[in-house]
Amino acid sequence: MGIPADLLINAIIAGLLLGGFYAAVTYGISISFGILDIVNIAHPGFIILGSYIAYIVNTRLGLDPILTSILVLPLFYWLGATIYQVYYQSFEKRGQEALRGLAFFFGLLFVTEVSLILVFGVDYRYVQAPYIGPSLHLGIMDFPLRMLVPFALSVAMFGILQLFLSRTFIGRAIMAVSQDQQALRLMAIDPVRIKRIAFGLSIATASIAGALLIVIQPVEPSVGREYIGRVFAICVLGGLGSLPGTLIAAMLLGIVESLTSTFYGPSWAPAVGFGLLLLTLAFRPAGLLGR
Amino acid sequence: MRTFTFFLVAALVGLLAFVALRYFNNDYYFFAGYVVVQFIVLATAWNILGGYCGYVNFGSAAFFAAGAYSSVALHKFDPTKWMPSILGFDIPLDFLAPLFPLPIPVLIVFGGVVSGFIGFGMGYLTLRLRGAFFAIATLALAVVLQTLVINWDFVGGARGAYIIRPATAAIFGSYIHYLFLLMLSLAVIAVGIARMIERSRLGYGFACIRDDELAAEASGVPTLKLKLIATTISGGLMGMAGAPFPYYIGYVEPGSAFGLAYTVNSIAMPMIGGTTSWIGPLIGAILLGTVQQVATVTISSAVNLLIVGVLLVVFVIVAPNGIVGLVQQRFREREK
Repeated sequence: MGIPADLLINAIIAGLLLGGFYAAVTYGISISFGILDIVNIAHPGFIILGSYIAYIVNTRLGLDPILTSILVLPLFYWLGATIYQVYYQSFEKRGQEALRGLAFFFGLLFVTEVSLILVFGVDYRYVQAPYIGPSLHLGIMDFPLRMLVPFALSVAMFGILQLFLSRTFIGRAIMAVSQDQQALRLMAIDPVRIKRIAFGLSIATASIAGALLIVIQPVEPSVGREYIGRVFAICVLGGLGSLPGTLIAAMLLGIVESLTSTFYGPSWAPAVGFGLLLLTLAFRPAGLLGR
Repeated sequence: MRTFTFFLVAALVGLLAFVALRYFNNDYYFFAGYVVVQFIVLATAWNILGGYCGYVNFGSAAFFAAGAYSSVALHKFDPTKWMPSILGFDIPLDFLAPLFPLPIPVLIVFGGVVSGFIGFGMGYLTLRLRGAFFAIATLALAVVLQTLVINWDFVGGARGAYIIRPATAAIFGSYIHYLFLLMLSLAVIAVGIARMIERSRLGYGFACIRDDELAAEASGVPTLKLKLIATTISGGLMGMAGAPFPYYIGYVEPGSAFGLAYTVNSIAMPMIGGTTSWIGPLIGAILLGTVQQVATVTISSAVNLLIVGVLLVVFVIVAPNGIVGLVQQRFREREK
């Protein structure tokens, strides 16, 4: 049985675009888990929170969801910084991050989800924006704008984050804190402050990722759980703490998932990320671009 | 107290609870009690890995559902219609037919074996790496097993499966009394095992891993082996708790068997009760389980999950050693 060429090409394109979006979802985890070594499993919860903020503002005021997410960036940054402060005081300082820190983040994820269910119910919510609906056609290739815009934004986020981490003083300090905290202290930099900034940054990315999520698909509170396996799979596959690795791994996962749902049916797609995660852990725990 | 005496006392307490519930002569108490006792098993099982070894398992629902669905599969399995062939020889399984439907204790053992294997496999793949990877993998396990079950038509797929529960059981009269007693025995066994582990070489090994894995490895504790033992026992017990579930509920669908409530409760109960000894999860499960049963009836089931979540967050921040830790602290202060 031959596979129709246009179906295959469009599946790969859809996968690439989807992968770009996955990358946007994963940058935050890449920073918190990859660089800071904080296993923030509540991250998808914050993404869903971002989606709901975009949804509320969009339905009440008619504001563009992505614009909204950029406007609330400082709020998310502050939220992240506050959570890190609590995490540091209660767990990291006492050396209890392994068991209780994880349970703490799990509790946060759970409380976010249940609160959203209590307030908004389990109905799927969606937003209105001019780029949801139309698509570009290039020969046999389709580029739905609904996917193309998140993809472009994700690449932009990648560029900004990469520039920030490699060119600015704080960015370099963030990279340094993952390697040697003691050395950082000798340079008269407070590692806790640097980590707080970095964690705030990682939660801030969840705001944009949330807006992109609700642009791509309707959202209900428990959607976040599907992303846990995915984001950690991407993060580990790309190599911990490597943003370019994250982008490449996300595209890879996007393509594999898109091919799976095109040729085997969409109900199998959620298992792909996990399969990839297990394979990576079993054969190459350092990931693609890991050190 | 010796282990044998402990088992005897635990069994007596269990029997007392059973007789007391029968005294009320109201089946609702058995339905509610079943859930509480089921949480004792889940919380104790979680604590064997989480509390003793310090490895967080976020996949309790997956292990529980694996047990439940292995029961569904065996319930639907008809040996007269299925004929495996090995090396071209067809092997008729007709002779097995009188054994079906299998009694629930057999299903419990089977569910335990299935979930134990899953635990072992997960542990083997991820426990050689840093601790966080195991937690992440278990988190994703629930999603994947659910995907598998949804795509597996034999056990009902996304539609779910009906299990017709007999109205009565021999000796016990009402079937729910029988199920309750089974779960109660399972709870006695689980708590007994947890206590046994705590006071054995195995338990000291687990504690070493929890406190400092590198130092444990360096002083000759076979860490990987011990961790695998812990995941297998813990996963197996969770599967055993799940195996009678289809008979209890009557209709299983992936959403209910993989319910987040199992995961969050089996973490929250030991954390709130106290993780370092067998009594912590027991206290946590009885307390939280009863409160939830009352809250589900009087308030709403979403609100009671929110309460559990908030309690979990508050307890891990404020009282790291749970209720048991608070009580111990109180006694220490009084001694001064």
